[in-house]
Amino acid sequence: MNKFKDSMDRTLRQYGMIIALVAIIVFFVFMTGGRLIWPRNVSMLVRQNAYVLILAIGMMFCILTGGNVDLSVGSLVALVSAMSGLTLTTLGLPSWLAILISLLTGLLAGIWQGFWIAYVKVPPFIATLSGMLVFRGIDNIILDGQTLPLSGLYTTIGTGSVPDIVPDTIPDFLHIGDLLQLQNKPEYLNATMLFTGLVLSVIYVLAVIFSRQSKKRRGYEVQPLGQTIAKIIAFFIAINLFSYWLAMDDGLPIMLILLVALYAIYTFIANKTVLGRHIYAMGGNIKAAELSGVNTKKMMFLVYANMGLLAGVAGIVTAGRLMAASPNVGQGFELDAIGACFIGGASAYGGVGTIWGAVVGAFIMGVMNNGMSIMGLDVFLQSVAKGLVVLFAVAFDMYSKSKSRLG
Amino acid sequence: MSEYILEMKNITKEFPGVVALSNVTFQVRKGEIHALVGENGAGKSTLMNVLSGIYPYGTYSGEIIFKGAECRFRNIRDSEAAGIAIIHQELALNPFMTIAENIFLGNERARHGMINWDETNRKAAELMKRVGLNEKHTTLVKNIGVGKQQLVEIAKALGKNCELLILDEPTAALNDDDSDHLLELLQTLNREHGLTCIMISHKLHEVIKIAHSITVLRDGKTIESLDNSVHVSESRIIKGMVGRELTDRFPKRTPNIGEVGFEIKDWVVYDPMNEERVVIDHVNIYVRKGEIVGLAGLMGAGRTELAMSVFGRAYGKKISGKLIKDGKEITLNNISQAIANGIAYVTEDRKTAGLIHIQDIKRNITLANLKALTSNFVINEDEEILIGKDYRERFAIKSTSVFQKVGNLSGGNQQKVVLSKWIFAAPDVLILDEPTRGIDVGAKYEIYKIILQLADAGKCIIMISSELPEILGITDRLYIINEGRVVGEMKTSEATQEEIMSTIIRSSAGR
Repeated sequence: MNKFKDSMDRTLRQYGMIIALVAIIVFFVFMTGGRLIWPRNVSMLVRQNAYVLILAIGMMFCILTGGNVDLSVGSLVALVSAMSGLTLTTLGLPSWLAILISLLTGLLAGIWQGFWIAYVKVPPFIATLSGMLVFRGIDNIILDGQTLPLSGLYTTIGTGSVPDIVPDTIPDFLHIGDLLQLQNKPEYLNATMLFTGLVLSVIYVLAVIFSRQSKKRRGYEVQPLGQTIAKIIAFFIAINLFSYWLAMDDGLPIMLILLVALYAIYTFIANKTVLGRHIYAMGGNIKAAELSGVNTKKMMFLVYANMGLLAGVAGIVTAGRLMAASPNVGQGFELDAIGACFIGGASAYGGVGTIWGAVVGAFIMGVMNNGMSIMGLDVFLQSVAKGLVVLFAVAFDMYSKSKSRLG
Repeated sequence: MSEYILEMKNITKEFPGVVALSNVTFQVRKGEIHALVGENGAGKSTLMNVLSGIYPYGTYSGEIIFKGAECRFRNIRDSEAAGIAIIHQELALNPFMTIAENIFLGNERARHGMINWDETNRKAAELMKRVGLNEKHTTLVKNIGVGKQQLVEIAKALGKNCELLILDEPTAALNDDDSDHLLELLQTLNREHGLTCIMISHKLHEVIKIAHSITVLRDGKTIESLDNSVHVSESRIIKGMVGRELTDRFPKRTPNIGEVGFEIKDWVVYDPMNEERVVIDHVNIYVRKGEIVGLAGLMGAGRTELAMSVFGRAYGKKISGKLIKDGKEITLNNISQAIANGIAYVTEDRKTAGLIHIQDIKRNITLANLKALTSNFVINEDEEILIGKDYRERFAIKSTSVFQKVGNLSGGNQQKVVLSKWIFAAPDVLILDEPTRGIDVGAKYEIYKIILQLADAGKCIIMISSELPEILGITDRLYIINEGRVVGEMKTSEATQEEIMSTIIRSSAGR
């Protein structure tokens, strides 16, 4: 009985977030009469919330170092979009160069904050509070209250999708359009999107099987077969269903490629590299990590420099989607990112949390934002709801921790 | 009414896996200064924590009778209300508050939550006069010396109208002048105000000078109570403190000692908080390969500071001196350099500095040497599991699997994980700081076996321990450290506990 309860607990903790995400989606599908999962809305949801996901990935590393946050990312998004406007529109530079300069701006801002935090030991809360004011100020000075239009690569990244190589070939064979009672049903699906989804899911399945076999051959421990099969099937269906949905709209968003790439890179860093391991170690116990040879100052510096770089990416994505550099963009973005991390299971004391968790947290935030907007809920009520969800998520985490023996 | 103001009867206090106090009886007469002596870990502080309610009623067994009535303190406020005050080794003052504010901290002169500053200041001045503290009551505590801070603590205790004052190592951090002043003050308060004192101290000459009676604790048991009205001798007290059987507590071995593998030469370290103060004073130490060298001394003698300053300057400022390994001088500017040069330091502070409690066994073991698992920037996590399993079996780490979080292990098993971590780092020199602190006797034996195996594998081992029997049972040679200096060196086979203790006490007295 105890054993059963134990394994239930573990499953709940491991998949709790996914269950919560699914529950929230179902809730909003019901509340919005299905409009939440209209293909048009799904592809919009991805583009609209990309910034949360990008920022949450960087924020997760900050939080992992010991519950530290970066309050400046919203302002930094604004500064980067202002730099985009300045270089692309005012100075007339080519858009690839404008993007490069904007990314560098983000990185430099991150390095600036990382320096004060890691080497001068200014508490992160204070250093990034300063950054929040400074970057917002520079943003306004550059734009001087004006909104500058953006074009070129910016719009491609922000709103574009991969063109269909073989258009008008595959019909809506699952008749999802009828099922959802869409007003303008898509006659044909985006074949490129469908094909990409299929290829990716097959690669995933093969990779899991191959790595399991090779582990077995070399005498390492492997997951039970049943669990692996269940996982493979669930992922295969999820990936293909998602790509089918996007295929009903305008196909594979460029932004999604960027998101998947960032997720893959940072998951790799967090789980497979010494760098990632050292960040987790310092969040778990900074003194023990130092005495084991972890250069905690360097870690702190890198984490905040990286946060700056990712805020740069988020800035470009945001500016691209709005097709404009406007001075007031990015208000409250930092809170969305921090909220996503905590909803996604990060510990407020550091050392616990995953990139996967940050992504799921970001999606929960996104679905809530989007769902409540469709419902036409008052903006202020939306804010109340989001705030309470963050509070309950962390309270639940604290509660389940106090129940476990570790305390 | 008995002649005793305090009687503690059959006190037993257990921590998970350790019996800290077993059937201790402790009696203090009204109006006397009673010294409580014993080695580190004998249970002195635990006994006083029981008395002052830090370990509340119900967490120990036995009876406390104070002023003729049985007491069941739930917390420190209860014991203070009854008239018992305790001054801990680490002072509990707020450095950013004034002397007067500190004296009445937690005991504010207030009505309806509003502080009466006039009365606070008047009373503070009165109390300061009583303890002979010549400062303004508005001076911030951080601006006065440790000796005077100790006086503030006493004034604070008196402000609570205490009848029984407990002092835990009151002179440990004081220089000779301040110590003398403090002892005289205690005698005066005792004589003129009838204040009863319990004093825990390692400095036996002080004990003999001012105490009326002396109780000796050893291994959590009361050994004897001595009447000090006709001054007893230090050696008489030491005999009570250390006299115990040493059979079979340590594994046997035949040492196989090679050439000198590691040397610390002319090592000088200053306090990072106070760059004027020398913490380590021209220390010279060498270790041969396959040799276990003990560093004996009291807590605060500077052994940990020595070890950490050697370990990639993890402690200290203005460090000078040479480190020589295998005949070549090495420079260790940070901890990763130290590890790369084959030095390992196993911290005394296992809980807060040795382990990452929220991570599992295997991750803790590999942390200090991840590069051995890494190729092309990728950590081989499968290999990591095998390594974890290997150490788990080799050292019999009691756990459900290598995936168990170390926070859930017992002290002895946690220490095995820490040792595994440093053995996996493949060092040539291991500095072990109190490797068996807080571990029960059975697990200690296993830790000793691991240490001996390491020595037999030709590693240089430096072991810091405050438990003399352990130093005598395990090491081949030992240095006696006191007040940051090496004050003695001897072959373990020729050393006795009495000799070590008296060397320490002699060197303190000679300063």
